Amino acid sequence: MSAANDKQRRIVPIGPYHPLQEEPEFFKLVVEGEKVVDIEIHLGYNHRGHEFISPELTYDQVPFLVERICGICSNSHPLAAVMAVEDICNLEIPERAKYLRVIVHELERIHSHLLWVGLAGHFIGYNTVWMWAWKYRDAVLDVFEMLVGNRNHYAMNKPGGVRHDLKPEMVGPIEAAMAEVEKKTWLLTKAVLDDPVIHARLEGVGILTHEQSLAYSCLGPTSRASGVPGDVRKDEPHAAYPYLDWNVITFPEGDVFAKAKVRLLEIIESVKMVRQCLKQIPDGPIEARVEEVPPGEGCGRTEAPRGEVFHYMRSDGTNRPLRHKVRAPSYMNIASNKVACVGGTIADAAITLAAVDPCYCCTERMAAFENGQQRYSWNELLRLSWEKTESIRRGMKK
Amino acid sequence: MSKLGLWGLKKSPWVYHLAAAPCNNCDIEILELLTPRFDVERFGVVLVGSPRHADALLVTGVINRKSLPRVLEVYEQAAKPCLVICIGTCTGDKHIFRNSYNAVGPYDKHLPVHAFIPGCPPRPEAMLLGVVKALGKL
Repeated sequence: MSAANDKQRRIVPIGPYHPLQEEPEFFKLVVEGEKVVDIEIHLGYNHRGHEFISPELTYDQVPFLVERICGICSNSHPLAAVMAVEDICNLEIPERAKYLRVIVHELERIHSHLLWVGLAGHFIGYNTVWMWAWKYRDAVLDVFEMLVGNRNHYAMNKPGGVRHDLKPEMVGPIEAAMAEVEKKTWLLTKAVLDDPVIHARLEGVGILTHEQSLAYSCLGPTSRASGVPGDVRKDEPHAAYPYLDWNVITFPEGDVFAKAKVRLLEIIESVKMVRQCLKQIPDGPIEARVEEVPPGEGCGRTEAPRGEVFHYMRSDGTNRPLRHKVRAPSYMNIASNKVACVGGTIADAAITLAAVDPCYCCTERMAAFENGQQRYSWNELLRLSWEKTESIRRGMKK
Repeated sequence: MSKLGLWGLKKSPWVYHLAAAPCNNCDIEILELLTPRFDVERFGVVLVGSPRHADALLVTGVINRKSLPRVLEVYEQAAKPCLVICIGTCTGDKHIFRNSYNAVGPYDKHLPVHAFIPGCPPRPEAMLLGVVKALGKL
């Protein structure tokens, strides 16, 4: 970089508190005129230390903690966590519980994607879309309230099964809500995606190519919009997913428009899945008894609305996990902003940054920051990690 | 504060949303308040983009070490009198994060708080009630 270039460069800070997104994060855009030439991403405003708290809780309490990693993916995290516990116990859960898990998981995807569509409309100054999408989302929240008793934070999963049963009188209202959501999603899809202004604003913006998507390990709709057909629900079918008939939505373009299309069409697929579940769900118990958790390790993978969630748990035979590791999808997706944003204009940066549906709450559990300074260097972190592994290994041998 | 100013504030409180290490849930419920089902704009409540325009700060989440200095700075920038309304259980007793090394709450240790609205997350109706009660104290 020459000195002459240096003088033309300016820094545009976005955040940590700004009207754009509801979560705190900090982006430093380096610009030359209107063009973004570099971006720095600072995280850590949301770090609460879940992995530290988790070993202090019992296996029954852990789902309540991981639910509060993120209020939008508050079924994906507990589902992955209880799958990790069931993996340690080698436990097969009852069929009815499998279907109930899928119903809540897909309802969550519908509400999350509608939420994103609304916010994306808001980011490009199209507030009508925001109001519409959030109005249609209310039908799903009402279903949640009926099914689990809370609009968010469902407390559905527990090791061995689920906590809330589906009563016969609930099937009608859920089907009615699904019909409503499907109708309105088609309406949104047609109204929004046929709008020439939206085409001009989103097409060819923030392109993430197939190779870049693989290089940055992008997950979920972000990667599927770049033509990578990765989806844990198909790749490693869990719960009732093997019994259902549905498609993975992919588009090759990689721009923001493709990401919007992927999410809108996934809502339709989710509606299909919920309907099939309601039709096929067998009678029977909703939980299997977990007698004790033997020493060992297990992992759970599930597809959150934003991509794959991975939970690893290690047990030493007591009623509390020894180590609990969480890998959330936004961590990889946020890093891809580095390539998606550079080369665009500042005005497009807002929607591009939002297009990966970033969830900072999910992401920020691990980095140790203090007053904007990183407290640990990479080597120190590595040393801490090794020490922890060593102490766990010693604990396991006893 | 002048009688006219107080009347204006009570009739149309402008709010600024401040997320300090939340789990996102109270935040989407605050946005839910603005969307058609609850639509608080009919009462004059407007979400503004700058703390300098705000009459009330809606804060969510356990504050963490990194966000605390920023939260204090935002409060300093806001024009006084400024209501601080804490939304969610974790703003008070830190909820499930009470053993976390990074949570530095509760809020009333750092800021003058006018109302705590408990719940995880509180229902939108409860948030409305909290804002109305806080305004009644002025």
